[in-house]
Amino acid sequence: MVVAVLSGFLLAITAPGVVRLTRGASGWLLALLPAALTVYFVHYLEPVTAGRAVAVSYPWAPDLGVSLSFYLDGLSLLFALLICGIGALVVVYADRYLHGHPHLGRFYVYLLAFMASMLGLVLAGNVLTMFIFWELTSLTSFLLIGFEHEREAARAAALQALLVTGAGGLALLAGLVLLGQVGGSMEFPALLNGGRAIQSHSLYLPILLLILAGAFTKSAQFPFHFWLPGAMEAPTPVSAYLHSATMVKAGVYLLARLSPILGGSDAWHYMVVGVGAATMLLGALVALWQRDLKRILAYSTVSALGALVLLLGLDTVLSVKAAMLFLLAHALYKGALFLVAGAVDHETGTRDVTRLGRLARAMPLTAVAAGLAALSMAGLPPMLGFISKELLYEAQLQAPRAAALVTGAGVLANVFLVAVAGTVGMSLFFRRRADLPKTPHEAPPAMLLGPLLLAGMGLSWGLFPEVIANSLLSAAVSAVRAEATTVKLKLWHGVNPVFALSVLTLAAGAGVYAARGVIRRVGPLADIVGRWGPQRWYTLLLAGLNGLARAQTRLLQNGYLRVYLMVIIVTTVGLAGFALLLWGGLSGLIGDLSDVRPNEGIIAGLILAAALMAVLTSSRLAAAAALSIIGYGVAIIYMLFSAPDLAMTQFAVETLTVILFVLVVYRLPRFAPLSGRRARVRDALLALLAGALITALVLTATAVPRQSHLASYFVENSWTRAHGRNVVNVILVDFRALDTLGEITVLSVAAIGVYALLRLRLEKPTGREHSPPEGTCRLGEDV
Amino acid sequence: METVLAFVIGGLYAAGLYMLMRRSIVKLVIGLALMSQAANLLIFTLGRLIRGRPALIPPDAAALAGPFADPVPQALILTAIVISFGVHAFTIILVKRAYQTVGTDDLDDMRNTDLLS
Repeated sequence: MVVAVLSGFLLAITAPGVVRLTRGASGWLLALLPAALTVYFVHYLEPVTAGRAVAVSYPWAPDLGVSLSFYLDGLSLLFALLICGIGALVVVYADRYLHGHPHLGRFYVYLLAFMASMLGLVLAGNVLTMFIFWELTSLTSFLLIGFEHEREAARAAALQALLVTGAGGLALLAGLVLLGQVGGSMEFPALLNGGRAIQSHSLYLPILLLILAGAFTKSAQFPFHFWLPGAMEAPTPVSAYLHSATMVKAGVYLLARLSPILGGSDAWHYMVVGVGAATMLLGALVALWQRDLKRILAYSTVSALGALVLLLGLDTVLSVKAAMLFLLAHALYKGALFLVAGAVDHETGTRDVTRLGRLARAMPLTAVAAGLAALSMAGLPPMLGFISKELLYEAQLQAPRAAALVTGAGVLANVFLVAVAGTVGMSLFFRRRADLPKTPHEAPPAMLLGPLLLAGMGLSWGLFPEVIANSLLSAAVSAVRAEATTVKLKLWHGVNPVFALSVLTLAAGAGVYAARGVIRRVGPLADIVGRWGPQRWYTLLLAGLNGLARAQTRLLQNGYLRVYLMVIIVTTVGLAGFALLLWGGLSGLIGDLSDVRPNEGIIAGLILAAALMAVLTSSRLAAAAALSIIGYGVAIIYMLFSAPDLAMTQFAVETLTVILFVLVVYRLPRFAPLSGRRARVRDALLALLAGALITALVLTATAVPRQSHLASYFVENSWTRAHGRNVVNVILVDFRALDTLGEITVLSVAAIGVYALLRLRLEKPTGREHSPPEGTCRLGEDV
Repeated sequence: METVLAFVIGGLYAAGLYMLMRRSIVKLVIGLALMSQAANLLIFTLGRLIRGRPALIPPDAAALAGPFADPVPQALILTAIVISFGVHAFTIILVKRAYQTVGTDDLDDMRNTDLLS
């Protein structure tokens, strides 16, 4: 099973080469893998239906409870078949749709990587493994939406989708980690065995909220639905595949997967049903007044996702059956309709439904596919969509709470969807008026295969529903319910309340379809959600974030060294001073002056006086002299307090530094007072504050007795093991010899740098010239 | 004596930081030199001061007896002195070349990388 997931990634890497070598046939060739995977997964149908889930596991990060484990039960299998089956059709389709596109190879890289990620997501047996693939689908979706990255709109839509699903992904990660900790395992089988025991834990509500945030953003539920219509900027095969059939259903998958653990509570019920119902109604309503064919389909997808979420929220056997069937039926008809939309766009050059019409004669096969898919969408017999809608109504009528309200919402949404189905199935092909930029022809075979096959499956399974009912759907429902369940489907149920609702839906839908022109004109005026809704909040939030980042950068990265220093000083003095006052107290600050000898006091005074001189003088030579007084003074302190090696080194280095400084600085201009008096006073106060803090720290630290284990170690072993009597030297050249090697390296690098800088001959500036001020040497002149 | 050195270190830090905040790039270099002296002295003082007892093992003994100056901070400082010399030498030359190229020693005039073109 690992091979099944990873093969997609491998093929993705080779895709550009395949495209280059086999111009024109690459789609058919690349589709071999998803097709083979479909066959491979069909083989699992029998054991999985018999209730034997397949699990494989490889250790990944065992300490963290993360393993690369895969788990195949009925639910995973249903998704895996959709992903591979539709994937194969889309790969074939895309080759013609993007024919001649310079980046077709890149497109296949993204598309196949997405397919592999999505497979990994639904097959993952570990919550963290699933999360990694979850994020990979978000990333590949970002790349695919922004595929035509030259267009601003595509880039913005890609970013929007990534930010919304990425933010949800963060919440999901937190929720999954909490779930793993509370449930005691990161593995799905172990978690599922635990059943609903988690719900009595105090962290249940946070876990539920975080995971729902992840699922709702991914599956475009209100109020996060807005990214999905935006995602229609992607090439149409992507919309068909990611943004209707597979990726957007990842949230639905997650809800179904976790419903045996998290589902059934009041919180679950109200949130999931409420959000699902709102999304279902909103999507269906807004779909009515869109003019862009793809946006119509996108909003109807939003509606379908809402219906799926609603059904999972109801959490009855019947509702899960309805959800699984609707999932399949929707993937078939919506995938077909999107592919048809792509073909129509490709052939006519427009997606505006008010301009499209009369296509039935020019594109008869496309029209057949669209008609069949639209019938399924509208829920007419003998399509699979009809059975699905009957089951949906039945589940809503038997909802445990507020059945009338839920059913009412369901019927209303379906009325709108019937009208939408009429638009995409009939109006495009049979409307008498048309205003097309191009003369349409029938779509090429590669672009007909997908829609015809998907729509045909919707028809054949509608006629013979028991083919899938006993195997695939039973297995999926059993997995979601965590108990063996059999699904029995029939096309004709006889005349009952559900059938009455269906008839009512069709009649009302036909009415709305007839009035679609009026709605399209009036609708946008009533589009409160569009104008003041989440999309606007997103824009404002994003602008605010950018503004904040810009202001913060301007404040912190302003390019003035002294401002950086001030921030550091104020922060350090504030924090360390506060801690010192709080825990150190001021008792340690009373120093002891009894042991100071006169000569030492004089040296200390000299150093301080020289430091003051270095600060105040306006002569460079005086500053150099002050520096050397300080250096020699410090060296004398080293000498007095038992550090002869330090003193010797310091004398040598100090002499060299002063010579260098005088040689170079002598040629630089005199110090001019560059900053004003106020700035100087402010800086002096800050510097004194920092100096006072250091003094206080030293006093506090030296008041505490010090114990060093290192010193005794070195002293004991210096002669016995390293055969040296000067312990400091032995440390440097023996015990810590590698440090000294590093030090030598630093010195050599500095020496090379100095030499390079001295030899550097800069090219004469072009354009704006300036001569060096008097008294300085020319470029390249030796010092 | 630690008390006196505490004030010397504080004074050197204050002077060094004040110089680092100046606009003249030469003063910046002086500030760096002051800071490195102060840091070395800080480590030295925190290792505790002891007069006339360097960590030298006498020729007739295998180890040191009695109180002695801690050799570990001294080893650290020795490295620091040499490295800071390298850094100073490089900085001084860099400042010189920067001044020759840009024609100013005012840091506020050096904020634009496009000055050369």
